[in-house]
Amino acid sequence: MLPKWFDKWNQDNPTNVFGPAILIGAVGGAVFAAIMIISFGNPAQTASLQTGPRGTGMSVPEFNVVRTAPDPTIEAYYTEEPYVPEGGEDLAKDIYENVQVLGDLTEDNFNRVMTAMTQWVSPEQGCAYCHGDVDLEEYGSDDLYTKVVARRMIQMTQNINENWEGHVNAVEEIGVNCYTCHRGENVPSEIWFNITPVNEAAGGWASVQNRATSISQSTSLPSNALEVYLTDYEAVNVHDLESRVEGIPNDEEVASIQKTEMTYSLMNYFANSLGVNCVFCHNSRAFYDPEQHTPQWATALLGRQMVIEMNQEYLIPLETEYPPERLGPIYADAPKAACKTCHKGYQRPLQGMNVIADWPELATTEAPVYE
Amino acid sequence: MWLPEYQNIFTQVQVQGKPEWGMDDQGNNMMEERAGKPFFSTLVGLFGNAQVGPYYVGWTTLVAFATGIAWFVIVGFNMLAQVGYSIPQFIRQLFWLALEPPSPEYGLSMPPLDEGGWYIIASFFLLVSVMCWLLRAYLLAQQHKMGKHIFWGFAAAVWLFLVLGLFRPVLMGSWSEAVPYGIFPHLDWTTAFSIRYGNLYYNPFHCLSIVFLYGSVLLFCMHGGTILAVTRYGGDRELEQIYDRGTATERAALFWRWTMGFNATMEGIHRWAWWFAVLTPITGGIGILLTGTVVDNWFIWAQEHNFAPMYDGSYGYADYGSYEAFIGQED
Repeated sequence: MLPKWFDKWNQDNPTNVFGPAILIGAVGGAVFAAIMIISFGNPAQTASLQTGPRGTGMSVPEFNVVRTAPDPTIEAYYTEEPYVPEGGEDLAKDIYENVQVLGDLTEDNFNRVMTAMTQWVSPEQGCAYCHGDVDLEEYGSDDLYTKVVARRMIQMTQNINENWEGHVNAVEEIGVNCYTCHRGENVPSEIWFNITPVNEAAGGWASVQNRATSISQSTSLPSNALEVYLTDYEAVNVHDLESRVEGIPNDEEVASIQKTEMTYSLMNYFANSLGVNCVFCHNSRAFYDPEQHTPQWATALLGRQMVIEMNQEYLIPLETEYPPERLGPIYADAPKAACKTCHKGYQRPLQGMNVIADWPELATTEAPVYE
Repeated sequence: MWLPEYQNIFTQVQVQGKPEWGMDDQGNNMMEERAGKPFFSTLVGLFGNAQVGPYYVGWTTLVAFATGIAWFVIVGFNMLAQVGYSIPQFIRQLFWLALEPPSPEYGLSMPPLDEGGWYIIASFFLLVSVMCWLLRAYLLAQQHKMGKHIFWGFAAAVWLFLVLGLFRPVLMGSWSEAVPYGIFPHLDWTTAFSIRYGNLYYNPFHCLSIVFLYGSVLLFCMHGGTILAVTRYGGDRELEQIYDRGTATERAALFWRWTMGFNATMEGIHRWAWWFAVLTPITGGIGILLTGTVVDNWFIWAQEHNFAPMYDGSYGYADYGSYEAFIGQED
């Protein structure tokens, strides 16, 4: 195919082309990569949020593409300023039938809240999702479970904003409303159900762990951490506070390695729920030491207690109200909440957007105060 | 002009010919206890000796294999039973599954089979298997009239194994302290163990073990590199060079002496390497044995012994930056 003189020249002048080819390829590739990075920037740039003294390595690193990306659900958020009453208006409890919550609102504000709830929870089904496809006069009926649950959820929201300010307004006023969990969905994402035991043919400790599950966050850590620690006030701490302590692992007060793995599972869930790491709250060299905790540790501690109360007093008792398709797939238990149900992977839900300023009706169990 | 040369990472010299059977001239029945017809493999020769087999089969080998397989099968079938004998789930969850030690409430008693009983049985088989394999190393060295260095080296690793699975659980009064048999679960155990006892990095024997482990890696690299570098002068004939130092040894010694003022010898480097390797599990085992038995919180222990400094500065991000700035929404 090639001219004879070319083949002959090649035969007469044997040359090792591999050495130069590798050299040119390697150097050329490096130069190309360098030019690309200088021209377009490092695609994997990170930034860190320092959380503790220099020398402790305490920081939360994040890729810029993730760090600066706005929470996509913020855009769909609906809000409307309240109509400040002038006094003397009829109240919702006088106008409508069977108003057990939000009864102290004026008609305008009552309808404003109802509209917003529709936008936050059932934007597709509208009012009918809770009230049914009936005439306005029959909206007082409690026939649908959705309405019964919604009423309880309003009470829960008011309770959180009123009594758990230390968590939901820890740094600045953020608060919670229906949208914090629901984000436009009938059923909030990141709810959870009991799933343990997860292993067959095994009892006790061996039966609740060593499976990649949603609750174990795809680790082999125990899958019952939320059940144990977020539906009751079981102690999370496992450390001895002196260098030597009496006792053997089958004593009640001595934490075993298994117990430690349960705590680890819960802490891992905390971290994933907030998109942070251990050192957001702890100095990892001494997890237990209160002198080396960040203020966020106390916020999280309150958050845990808040979630236990939510589950114990609001969510679990609703079990009898739900239709079967809303209950847990294994034990038909009520859907429960935890950190991720609100936080959705962000340090602050909705990246710290204030969702309570416009909604004084949801900030208190008493009659709302408009300013 | 310097041009890059393609350096093969594999063994450069292969010897293939009549298979070597070893000696059988001292009434030690070495021929009788070997199985398998020897053959040559060029592929194997890239990594080591091209001759494969024969294989020593004494009673220790048989017992070690039988009990080792028993352990393996018990662990495997427990995992399989845990996923309801579903092969796809078994493959999918393989790295997550484990045979777990008993729960703490059983102490040192025999628990029901499905709550750690199988673990105790499997551990017994593993103990017999490992101890037979250790004895095998001794007997083989004895038959070859070798020193027992490899036996002692393996014994150091067995020490750590026994501390983790036998000595420490007995001292703690509970089999629940033992390590689960599973890929990820044994890593969970390791982390939880460190966390539970207040951070193992403040355990001085853990520190020593790390030093010897990383030291072993460094020494292995230095020695391997040195010998490969002087192979062209006969440096690979290390044993001869011990008592008949040639130019290879001289060059290697000069290189290191000029590099760091001191050099090992052809003999000494192997003693360095052996001791570093052996001390890794010995010190590590001591550290594990003291944890939970003598010291329950290593960080507090380190504070009491003045080697856990406190750092100046505040905790929490508020003094270093703001959340709004971190998510790029600062006005």
